[in-house]
Amino acid sequence: MRASRPKVAIAAVAAAALAVAGCAESDREGSSGSSNETLVFGVAGDPKVLDPSFASDGESLRVARQVFETLVRPEEGGTKVSPGLAESWEPDAAGTTWTFKLRSGVKFHDGTDFNAEAVCTNFDRWYNAKGLMQSPDVTAYWQDIMGGFAANEDDTLPESLFKSCTATDATTVSLAFTRVSSKIPAALMLPSFSIHSPKALQEHDASNVTGSADDIKYPAYATEHPTGTGPFKFKSWDVPNKTLTLERNEDYWGDKAKLKSLIFRTISDENARKQALRSGDIQGYDLVGPADVEPLKGEGFNVLTRPAFNILYLAINQKGNPKLADIKVRQALAHAINRQALVDSKLPPGAQVAVNFFPETVEGWNGDVTKYDYDVEKAKSLLAEAGASDLTLRFHYPTEVTRPYMPNPKDLFELVSADLQAAGIKIEPIPLKWSPDYLNATTSGSAHDLHFLGWTGDYGDGYNFIGTFFDRQKDEWGFNNPALFEKFKQADTTADQAAKVALYKEINADIMNFLPGVPISHAPPAIVFGKDVTGVKASPLTDERFSTAEFKS
Amino acid sequence: MFRFIVRRLLQLIPTLFGLSILLFIWLRRLPGGPETAILGERGTPEMRAAIRRNLGLDEPILIQYGRFVRRMVRLDLGTSISTKREVTTEFLQRFPGTVELTVTAMVIAIGIGIPLGYLAARRRGRFLDHASVGGSLIGICIPVFFLAYVLKAIFSENLGWFPSSGRQDPTIGATRITNFFVLDGLMTREWDAAADALWHLVLPGLALASIPLAIIVRITRASVLEVLNEDFVRTAEAKGLTENVVRRRHVLRNAMLPVVTSIGLLTGGLLSGAVLTETVFAFSGIGAFLAEAINQRDYPVLMGFIMIIAVVYVLVNLIVDLSYSLIDPRVRVR
Repeated sequence: MRASRPKVAIAAVAAAALAVAGCAESDREGSSGSSNETLVFGVAGDPKVLDPSFASDGESLRVARQVFETLVRPEEGGTKVSPGLAESWEPDAAGTTWTFKLRSGVKFHDGTDFNAEAVCTNFDRWYNAKGLMQSPDVTAYWQDIMGGFAANEDDTLPESLFKSCTATDATTVSLAFTRVSSKIPAALMLPSFSIHSPKALQEHDASNVTGSADDIKYPAYATEHPTGTGPFKFKSWDVPNKTLTLERNEDYWGDKAKLKSLIFRTISDENARKQALRSGDIQGYDLVGPADVEPLKGEGFNVLTRPAFNILYLAINQKGNPKLADIKVRQALAHAINRQALVDSKLPPGAQVAVNFFPETVEGWNGDVTKYDYDVEKAKSLLAEAGASDLTLRFHYPTEVTRPYMPNPKDLFELVSADLQAAGIKIEPIPLKWSPDYLNATTSGSAHDLHFLGWTGDYGDGYNFIGTFFDRQKDEWGFNNPALFEKFKQADTTADQAAKVALYKEINADIMNFLPGVPISHAPPAIVFGKDVTGVKASPLTDERFSTAEFKS
Repeated sequence: MFRFIVRRLLQLIPTLFGLSILLFIWLRRLPGGPETAILGERGTPEMRAAIRRNLGLDEPILIQYGRFVRRMVRLDLGTSISTKREVTTEFLQRFPGTVELTVTAMVIAIGIGIPLGYLAARRRGRFLDHASVGGSLIGICIPVFFLAYVLKAIFSENLGWFPSSGRQDPTIGATRITNFFVLDGLMTREWDAAADALWHLVLPGLALASIPLAIIVRITRASVLEVLNEDFVRTAEAKGLTENVVRRRHVLRNAMLPVVTSIGLLTGGLLSGAVLTETVFAFSGIGAFLAEAINQRDYPVLMGFIMIIAVVYVLVNLIVDLSYSLIDPRVRVR
């Protein structure tokens, strides 16, 4: 008698819950199951901005790649420069002016025509950026590639590499540069050089970045009206629900997207993405944990492995410890590390030991360089020769992070430090939180000796890897090697492709002789799709084209 | 009553100033800065320096703080460094999610906790008592994220009854008004959207409810036991009043005061502490966003969110204090 009321109450609540459940369940199936033309893809972070001119984070660029197109683009599944909005291109004799022959019959999402004028409008917009648009966190990639602007407002900005754009006729456009650069045309594949609709840019005041330097506000174009020529059109960005919806561009010039809509949904936790895929909430996700690759394959999911386009290296800071300036000590470190064992046990299938500081797919890779085989005895004797048998090294490694080139930093640290200890080196481990502590400590050259870091390439050019590391004196490495720096300058300004590649081969050999650090490995990152999703080709540049994705019927 | 409320609200001003000073100093003393998070591996020293200069981070801390205060008195919390959206907008888009989640968790915790605690007290020493006391101990001890994973593995991955993450199925395409998804669904009569949002709340709500549920069971049980021993309860029972009347008028009303206090504190704690649950369920609330902001050293977001949360916390406690007088007329606010 006493318990009858609570029992009734509990029963009532349970019944109500079940009723709601049934209703919600059927709705969910009804809305997502009725058409197999919507793909929900799990991503690790929210995009920051939809105007790729202002973007440098991977998630913003992923969205941009579906909505926008660039003059040239990477070949599908590769890194080579191939036609995009331009069908062909060639430099003039001096190598400073590049002429692009444009595709005709292309329309922007707002219905206006794509032509040479539109291309110039875009380049002029970037080049003539003023005020806050010159802030390095707004136009990071432009500054990375082009240096400065028409009128630099900050004295520390270099002269612009870009000079002018000329529209000869509707389908011919010439880009002039102030000097020859090895980055052109490869860098023009970056989504930051996406061509926007001039009409939309003007209508939505796209260049009107307002606020103050510490309080930058983007115009509505950058968050609500991105207008390109790509196979998908922007539909909505539901920030509270962490989802961004794109829909098929019915007027696309090429093969139309097979999906009707494509939804990017942010799930920052890697395990949560995996669970969402298994429970059918999403039909694919990126940044698959290396340990999940085989299990997911076993369950029948479509796991795609991207060709490795990255490098993990052990940096040696010569400034922090004078003994490390001795080449024999650096050679000893290289000989002491069993990189093959590390690749075999701690990296995903398909990973390789690095011979250069960039992967074999980049032109200029050189297999004929000094190699440092695993040899503990040799390491010990080199250390003895250098009078450094009692070496103690402060070894930084990051925590709370997974990078495509470094899936499990702590495991890697433990292996490498055990190897070094076996060669008689004492290790003082210094774990630091990846962002911002670790990046701050390693790149600003604080008192440390060794650290792991790496890089994923933006485009297929050697400079994008080794130039980023070694083209001048940097706090991360702490060495000054003018001869090497000079060769970089020479390579960057060599117009002749064959000569340039030869120079990069030479530089790679020099680097491996000088041994500023130890290149460790190239690891292939994975991306996964649902069991019934096909058609996507993995790209080393993470330039996956969702327009070819489809559900197997 | 009115003066009591005004006085409590005025007390907020010095509290917020003190908090903002401590917070400002603490944040600036953390190693690294937003430039590292913005640029990642890519940052050249020149670009890093330029970003610091643009953000005004190279200026003396007093000037930076002065700028912050000047903005704050105009109720302008600035713009997020990482997303470049206004801090207020970011908050208004995310806070409703956390509130929905907190309310769900508290409804579960209170709805189950109070009856269970009461029953345990009435059946002291019997099976239900031992079970609920033991169960609450487990509830307190199990880490929330672990419980969250277990719930997801069972009810989402294996049984497929509940969605594994998020606040709403994105393919529904719901209209947004208040960003309280359930409320929005009801307001726009998009019943499926409301039901779907509610359905997304169940698992994270259960996970988040585990600790407050356990605490409420224990406090209710202890408090009811204490009241049951009071003379007036024995008198009431001796007078021959039905158990129902004794329970409602005498036992529960008197036993609720400590329970309500703890509910207030627990709710405040959940509002600011749903970080792990939100992360595991990819639930878009302020918890997960704050965690991200700390990693990114997104100073405006951290300052702004924590200031607003402090205000909300004070308001919740004010409501709790006011509700005392409703439950127990002996406690009058002056």
